[in-house]
Amino acid sequence: MKQNNIARILTLSTLLLAPLLLQAETTEASATERGLAIAVEADRRDAGFEDFTSNMVMELRNKQGDVSTRTIRLKTLEVEGDGDKSMSIFDKPADVKGTAFLTFSHAIKPDEQWLYLPALKRVKRINSKNKSGPFMGSEFAYEDLASQEVEKYSYKYIRDEKIKTAEFPDGVDTFVIERYPAYEHSGYTRQLAWINKDRYVAEKIEFYDRKNDLLKTLISSGYKQYLQQYWRPSEMLMENHQTGKSTLLKWEDYKFKTGLTDKDFSRNSLKRAR
Amino acid sequence: MKQHCHPIFAATIVTASVLTVVSASNLHAGEFSGYIGGQARVFFEDPLSPAQHNSYLSAVAEPEYTQQWDDGAQSFNAILFYRVDQYDEQRTHGDIRELSWTGVYQDWELLAGISKVFWGVTETQHLVDIVNQTDLVENLDGEDKLGQPMIRASTERDWGTIDLFILPGFRERTFPGEEGRPRPNIVIDTEQDAVYDFSSGKDHIDLAARYSHYIDEWEFGLSLFSGTTREPTDFSPVGISANGEAIVVPVYSLINQFGIDGQAFFGDWTWKLEAINTEARSGNKKGINSIQSVVGFEYTLVGIADSVMDLGFVVEYHFSDKRIYENTIFDNDLATALRFVFNDIQSTEILAGLTTDADTQSIGSFIEASRRLGESWTLEAQVRTFHGTKENRPLYSFRFDNYAQLDLNYNF
Repeated sequence: MKQNNIARILTLSTLLLAPLLLQAETTEASATERGLAIAVEADRRDAGFEDFTSNMVMELRNKQGDVSTRTIRLKTLEVEGDGDKSMSIFDKPADVKGTAFLTFSHAIKPDEQWLYLPALKRVKRINSKNKSGPFMGSEFAYEDLASQEVEKYSYKYIRDEKIKTAEFPDGVDTFVIERYPAYEHSGYTRQLAWINKDRYVAEKIEFYDRKNDLLKTLISSGYKQYLQQYWRPSEMLMENHQTGKSTLLKWEDYKFKTGLTDKDFSRNSLKRAR
Repeated sequence: MKQHCHPIFAATIVTASVLTVVSASNLHAGEFSGYIGGQARVFFEDPLSPAQHNSYLSAVAEPEYTQQWDDGAQSFNAILFYRVDQYDEQRTHGDIRELSWTGVYQDWELLAGISKVFWGVTETQHLVDIVNQTDLVENLDGEDKLGQPMIRASTERDWGTIDLFILPGFRERTFPGEEGRPRPNIVIDTEQDAVYDFSSGKDHIDLAARYSHYIDEWEFGLSLFSGTTREPTDFSPVGISANGEAIVVPVYSLINQFGIDGQAFFGDWTWKLEAINTEARSGNKKGINSIQSVVGFEYTLVGIADSVMDLGFVVEYHFSDKRIYENTIFDNDLATALRFVFNDIQSTEILAGLTTDADTQSIGSFIEASRRLGESWTLEAQVRTFHGTKENRPLYSFRFDNYAQLDLNYNF
């Protein structure tokens, strides 16, 4: 009798709970779908730029506030159906002048990356596993600067939020989405991104380390629109909360559709880059 | 100081200069860069030869000039090098590292003048890298190279990259002079004429070709070289120094060399291979075939101990049958090294390791450390020591030559 009662209660509660569980599951599924949809839309809006070039000044600050500066020229070629090709050439500091990186990024398979060392005239293929490491001693990891393909993450929509930024002191509407790197050697468990609802660009990204502790915050500002379509920031500030160091990227002189081709992204062109 | 200038390459320089002047109308501004620096080398023990010293100071300059025009399709590059050494007359030397014109035409890139190329993948020896002569007096590691006159055509296609070279004007290897240190206990005299055991001598025009390609995580290259060997095949005695040491001159022979190199990436592992087959075509060793190889790996731990520092393990095994280059120290040797990359603002790096001869247990150790100071200065430190250097073993004549070296450079 007693057992019967218990069984009845269990059955009853299961029946009562089932719709709730189901609802939770659908919410979970739709949050994933919605997160992905936002990423796909951001990707769609940025497609078709063909190529762009820009100059970047990188200011590295340590805890004491000492500043060290690097100047880098960048070229990016859009590759349809695959990750972009990009080249970065160092102008400063003087001892690494002419050093250049060539990256063929891919959505699923590992990126191919070559480093050109001008003193040895050596083009060295780099093991692209090591993407979680810092780029030139900065607070940006290689994976932060790599081309952001949709397939490189899975997504989850979290909430809508109005946040205040330098450009929008009264607040701007954003989608808050979480993304989880598909790349198994990523330095992050997750990233929390605030996506501007109007422009579909990230105003802010929080990076959580392998222990799921907050590691860094990236704030992109001074967005300008090019060719009436492509939004690009003029500054990106990455602050490391665990070390107190920060890196400020200042982007200058964006040029779109400059007529770059595959030939400008070859290993021979890496040696000529200067 | 000798600086030879081959007629073909002199013509190239003139052509390049004329081109530069002719197209002055649509020039981008040229760019100067380079470095100047000072070096101190200190030995821990008294030298073997009374001609040698316990410490050496030297100064170096390597200015560079680059100019592009024709929308970057053509460029002119010049790199001059000069070092003044306190005692070693042979180390006081200059070189035109680069003086070349480059043009890009559709699928082909052409280069004419003096230039440098690098082939290969391994870290502790560069076997397939034969185009440029080693500037050995600069550093024992053999990574400094002399400018080589060349005409080069290169094309990079979907199926791989082809490089073709015509190499007029042989460059003799540099060696430390009698007062120089470290050096073997013979004096290799590069002031006297070297011996070429074939009729065309130093006017021989060498040829080289290379095919390289990659498929996903695999990279490989095949290379051919026909011409004058960069490493002397022998040394010919010419006299005795005032201190009783043998004076010799290098012997150079004609060779054909076939090389393969490749690397593959598996996770944090990078596997590397270089191998060459050399056939002597002149002199005493004519007809002899010789095999040399380096095989190894580099394993990297990213972000050790919750830091941003990387630690790499480099292990490379060297083999040579010594049938042509009898004096090579890399005949049955294991090189092991640790590479610390601090990933800091100053780009601090330390490479420390040992090269152990499996037959004689002779050990050469090295520590190389470098970092940037401020925005424009770089500091490099090296320590090299030699152990187990018993009589009749390869490093015997280096037994008192343990040393430390400090380089301070200003980059502009």
